[in-house]
Amino acid sequence: MSNDATIAEICVAACSDIYRESGELLAHAVGIVPSIGARLAKLTHSPDIILSDGEAFMMSEASPLGKPASAGGVIEGWAPFRRIFDIVATGRRQSIMGASQIDQYGNQNISLIGDWDKPKRQLIGVRGAPGNTANHRVDYWIARHSARLFVPSVDMVSGVGNDRAKAAGLKHHHLGVIITNLAVLGYDEDGRVKVLSVHPGVDPQEVTDNTGFPLDASNAPETRLPTDEELRLIREVIDPRAVRNREVPVPQPVG
Amino acid sequence: MPDKRLELSDAVASIKSGMTIGIGGWGSRRKPMAFVRELLRTDVKDLTVVSLGGPDVGLLVAAGKVKKLIYGFVTLDSIPLDPLFTAARERGELELQEYDEGMFVTGLRAGAARLSFLPTLAGLGSDVLPANKHLKTVKSPYSDDEYVAVPAIRMDVALIHVNRADAAGNVQFLGPDPYFDDLYAMAADRTFVSTEKIVPTENLLDEGSYHTLMLSRMYVTGVVETPRGAHFTTCEPDYGRDEVFQKHYAASAKDPAAWDAFTAEFLAGDEAAFHAAVERFHAEKEKANV
Repeated sequence: MSNDATIAEICVAACSDIYRESGELLAHAVGIVPSIGARLAKLTHSPDIILSDGEAFMMSEASPLGKPASAGGVIEGWAPFRRIFDIVATGRRQSIMGASQIDQYGNQNISLIGDWDKPKRQLIGVRGAPGNTANHRVDYWIARHSARLFVPSVDMVSGVGNDRAKAAGLKHHHLGVIITNLAVLGYDEDGRVKVLSVHPGVDPQEVTDNTGFPLDASNAPETRLPTDEELRLIREVIDPRAVRNREVPVPQPVG
Repeated sequence: MPDKRLELSDAVASIKSGMTIGIGGWGSRRKPMAFVRELLRTDVKDLTVVSLGGPDVGLLVAAGKVKKLIYGFVTLDSIPLDPLFTAARERGELELQEYDEGMFVTGLRAGAARLSFLPTLAGLGSDVLPANKHLKTVKSPYSDDEYVAVPAIRMDVALIHVNRADAAGNVQFLGPDPYFDDLYAMAADRTFVSTEKIVPTENLLDEGSYHTLMLSRMYVTGVVETPRGAHFTTCEPDYGRDEVFQKHYAASAKDPAAWDAFTAEFLAGDEAAFHAAVERFHAEKEKANV
């Protein structure tokens, strides 16, 4: 099977696959590709998931991409921030988050680079990552797979990795997948990052070379392509302005 | 019913150096900016500031008012980082308690309920615990589980900005999210409310259902009418964020000379002078765009 799907669209379909077993829960997705992925899941295989407008509303029909409920869609529930924390605690939520650093056990950092006392660079802080990873499934979306991001150890553990979760006895901890512009990663039995698939057209060696810890991609299958119907929904219904290309640029022909 | 109407300066005059003050809202949303600007006009310092932070934190930190910060994050929402806060943080000059957002709310809930702590799962296994050396865990008396014991957050004074209030301090929010303003008030010894408009009590339900009556006057010490008192943050549905001005704030904050100019232009006078300067700023922008 082949079609003209871009890397961004392959990543959207991979994000959508995250929700196949979700049932009725709040799909929290940070970033353009994950937001399109959640919408695609709802329009195809997972109609029961509940989308958020990024502000205070649960949506039975999504608001326009990147816009709150006041711009359109159908509101089915009210979830101001206080209820979000209540929902997190019940476990009826999944998050696709970003990361500034990830280590081989899936510990994620979004807080700072350098030392806690005097950081070289203050980033956005731990935000909700500790609570999310302690309470419900968390997946990560990495628009640019690089050895500066996938590092031997992160500077401040914000989202809890598999080794830390085990040591802390976190019963509801569940790291799903890491979707990057090169590959889909998962975790082995010991909780270490492994390659689940490499995107069509990507050299597996590129995945290994751009990861700052040992990661063998040589025998990985290819990531699935979006179906024609998925491509139609992405291009015509969910993201007609092709905002997704801002997050994962389409390579320009050389010369 | 009591009449708690005050002038902005009278409310802020009760804030003394060394106090712990809470600032309501979330990020760059419905922040009590008129109170914050009034604080900048005083010589108060060494404050402990409790905030899900936005430009309130950046401004107070840059003015040297803050000794310690108890926070979940500092963001301008449409602009991820506040440059004034980020610069102070990278100089290593602030005493900090950085919590996960949920942990922060747990601390407020403990403070409001007069408990010394409340347990939560959030934070376990993360570096929030080693970074905050005062944090302890607690064993469940009923199972083998261990939780983070988030210490109560209590405040001397809480400051919040709302859409409507009556003169007695009954508070109404009309936007999509109350944030945690009621919890700040309940966890503080005294709470000052600034509002877009003070309305007669019998008119409180004219613009919103009874579900929008967020906070009772029994938690409120004083009420100040400050139209556009959340500017440049959001105060839906009265007004959205002034994105153009916020961009100007963030760009100025990145450069010491530009920041001096910003301070001289917008923050040297009183609240009326601030709004007049903002109007001039927009008029000049518009002229430049024609």
